[in-house]
Amino acid sequence: MTQQDGKKSAHPSGDNRFKLLDRAITKHQASGYSLIEILHVAQGIFGFLENDLLMYVANALKLPPSRVYGVATFYHFFRLKPQGEHAFVVCSGTACYVKGAIEIQKVLEHECGCKFGETTKDGSVSLITARCIGSCGLAPVGVLDDVVAPKLTPDEALRRVRLWKEQKKEVAA
Amino acid sequence: MTIDELRELAENERTRQKQYISRILYCSSAGCLSGGSDSVKAEFKKAIEEKGLGKTCELVGTGCLGLCGEGPLVLVQSADMTLYQHVDAKTARRIVEEHIVSGKKVEECQIDVNGPFFSSQKKIVLENMGKINAESIEEYIAAGGYEALAKAVTEMKPEELIGEIRKAGLRGRGGAGYPTGLKWDIVRKSVSEQKYVVCNADEGDPGAFMDRSVLEGDPHRVLEGMAMAGYAVGANQGYVYVRAEYPLAIDRLKLAIKHAEKLGLLGNRIFESQFSFHIDIRIGAGAFVCGEETALLRSVMGRRGRPKPRPPYPSEKGLWDKPTVINNVETYANIAPIVRNGSAWFAAIGTQKSPGTKVFALAGKINRTGLIEVPMGIPLRKVIFDIGGGTPEGSEFKAAQTGGPSGGCIPKEHLDIPVDYESLQTVGSIMGSGGMIVMDSTSDMVDVAKFFMEFCMDESCGKCIPCRVGTKHIYMMLDKVIRNEATEEDFALLQELCVMVKETSLCGLGQSAPNPVLSTIRFFKDEYTVKLKRATEFVPDEGNGAQ
Repeated sequence: MTQQDGKKSAHPSGDNRFKLLDRAITKHQASGYSLIEILHVAQGIFGFLENDLLMYVANALKLPPSRVYGVATFYHFFRLKPQGEHAFVVCSGTACYVKGAIEIQKVLEHECGCKFGETTKDGSVSLITARCIGSCGLAPVGVLDDVVAPKLTPDEALRRVRLWKEQKKEVAA
Repeated sequence: MTIDELRELAENERTRQKQYISRILYCSSAGCLSGGSDSVKAEFKKAIEEKGLGKTCELVGTGCLGLCGEGPLVLVQSADMTLYQHVDAKTARRIVEEHIVSGKKVEECQIDVNGPFFSSQKKIVLENMGKINAESIEEYIAAGGYEALAKAVTEMKPEELIGEIRKAGLRGRGGAGYPTGLKWDIVRKSVSEQKYVVCNADEGDPGAFMDRSVLEGDPHRVLEGMAMAGYAVGANQGYVYVRAEYPLAIDRLKLAIKHAEKLGLLGNRIFESQFSFHIDIRIGAGAFVCGEETALLRSVMGRRGRPKPRPPYPSEKGLWDKPTVINNVETYANIAPIVRNGSAWFAAIGTQKSPGTKVFALAGKINRTGLIEVPMGIPLRKVIFDIGGGTPEGSEFKAAQTGGPSGGCIPKEHLDIPVDYESLQTVGSIMGSGGMIVMDSTSDMVDVAKFFMEFCMDESCGKCIPCRVGTKHIYMMLDKVIRNEATEEDFALLQELCVMVKETSLCGLGQSAPNPVLSTIRFFKDEYTVKLKRATEFVPDEGNGAQ
């Protein structure tokens, strides 16, 4: 417990989100074996895993920072950079590949001016590929802000991205 | 909970179900949910209330109904079974108003439940799909659930239970086909005060969704199987390692564990015996290599998922160096039916060497995509053309890909091959966990090989050099072939490298990564050779190109 109190002073930001994280750490008895669980929780709370946050987790679980960083970078699911306002996930599983997911990826990269795995310069859209989300019967599949879009076509994908852009403009106006 | 209490609970639930004249079972698996089955559910609910049918018609969210490509699917159970496809809110209302109220079926959305898609299948693992509510333990118990566990714990010795599994001849459904009973026996015999049971639900193969569907539609069956494994080997703790990409499966599993604990079907002194068993969930984080058992175990312990050389096998030194049983979701799902119906019943299904059934996820260029379960040994042609309905009009079947990035392509000339572990190996593919992707003439096989190699290259954990460097070079060579820049020398080198990576990699990922390349070279060599850069002065004739 004293360990955790010590850390709180390391984070004088008063950010209440750390309390949520602490609760999860306590639930797992600050065990190093629960590192992946804790990183899931941390990413769920903060959106992505900043270096600071990784250090915080390392201290709390009494693990070397190298271990925490190693695990966070090893797994695809963990993000070390913030995501755009919108996330466009295109499934890159075999069924989607056979049904033309690559065409969709190409038009999206062209439209957004960035590659998959990156975020547009204005931070509005992140393009992400997923390793088979398991909805192969509906291939090719996209996931737009956590909503699954079945049987996607390049045209439909473009329409949806442009819709996001327009919304952003309207908000700005 | 005692056996009598369990039976009473089952009887009460059956009585409760009987009071309804009809039940509407909508598919609540991820496939149909993304097709909009949520709004269909809402409309059903509204329509049932408006018509005042609350006492005679029950609305139930059930597991995967199979024909995922035609979703959302709805099964209406009244005097007979009626299956509806492409159900939207409007059709939902019509089903209530016409079918439920006046007994007139909505014919244009109906699918024939006796059609070839359904009649050629044999359901053991998927038997509860479309029968029970995926989130209700009572309905699972009413369908005979946890009876096998009760029988095992109160009437059978661990040796007897393992004997049954051995006699049934059940083989690991994760793809390798190791005899399950044998594995359990090794763990049972190892001396240790602490042992573990692990369920591999890290279904990483792209194009496979069998385990997801089982976990979403019938999670208790997996828990029951794991508990029996625990009893058989003397373990009191189990872990389910499930992919983070399957949020619905995780939620349903959590709920199932909670319900089972509440009824005392998991926890301390199960069925008032000395046997205690707890199950926890571990969530993966998107690494394909974690499907490999030693890597998975490291991931369960919060480490990077990097494989270890075997032996020692997990059955001797697994989690925290304790003896550990690790099986796939589908393997555990087969345990309860075997114990309930006896080993002889199971052994009679399928082939002698590969008894039972196998669940496949049928996808790609095929008319009926979805989840199927077939007896082992069924000819591939039957799976693709009878059940799957063949390729869409205007395209021609070229190859079926099984085993994902570790498997191979089966071409037209081998369509009559029986689907079992050994036969698939003879044509250079593997059973794998059950993904089956159909390709037609639009698929370029070199590009297919490159697609899989890119996957393996990305997913290589980097521990051993043949896999880390080899997959990268194979990928670059394939790319060179596609760019028409590879010479025949390069092509020969590519094949040599494939064999090297296969023979010298540390774990299953590297050892099987070259399979898609070798398999496409074996059956579609022409597609490689036409892309090679022609050194015209040396090869004046075409046709007998590369060696």
